Amino acid sequence: MKIKVLYFARIKEAVNYSTEEIDLPAEILTITALKNWLSLRGEVWANLFDGKQVVRAAINHTLVDDLATIQANDEVAFFPPVTGG
Amino acid sequence: MTVSVQVEDFDAGAQLNKLRLASPSIGALVSFIGQVRDINDGDSINTLTLEHYPGMTESALQAIEAEAKSRWDILDSLIIHRVGTLEPLDQIVLVAVVSAHRGEAFKACEFIMDFLKTQAPFWKKEATAQGERWVDAKLSDDIALKQWQK
Repeated sequence: MKIKVLYFARIKEAVNYSTEEIDLPAEILTITALKNWLSLRGEVWANLFDGKQVVRAAINHTLVDDLATIQANDEVAFFPPVTGG
Repeated sequence: MTVSVQVEDFDAGAQLNKLRLASPSIGALVSFIGQVRDINDGDSINTLTLEHYPGMTESALQAIEAEAKSRWDILDSLIIHRVGTLEPLDQIVLVAVVSAHRGEAFKACEFIMDFLKTQAPFWKKEATAQGERWVDAKLSDDIALKQWQK
């Protein structure tokens, strides 16, 4: 299934992408599964999702936890804890 | 209930007057302005750059305003948040709430700021003499949020 993935702030700088279209394998259904799948891309990605830093996720502009389910055509975003205001 | 995410500066006085003068049933206006400090974590700050998630930012701020309106008897609210590169003394954010009496407006204004700090997708990057660095989220902001849990 196809999804769009966005990266922000220090995560965008680490992975060197701001946005990409991904055609996910059928078994990748949750944020946790997506993080684990992206970790296979290499050291930078593995370090990002190894649990030592907090990576927040949003699906279609709503903050979600890692158990949230991904559906086709979703816009998934990964970013660090927010620091506005 | 207004939200604006913008690069441009804003005239706080004009914005507050507009909000206040909209109705004679308004008896109280409470506002908060955040501005860029010159020192953070012991280092002199040259610039502060704010990145955000266009689309999600606006919907997150609107959701925070709606939650405030559901919890307190407020008549209107305004959030203006700047993005882009700012300097010390520049305004970052304006939150304003109007209500019939002050208690509701004080509480709602603080609530909106506490939620904005922890829920709205903005990220700050500081430029110091030593280079650029991302600002880390503060535990004190998470603690401030807890006071509003129902």
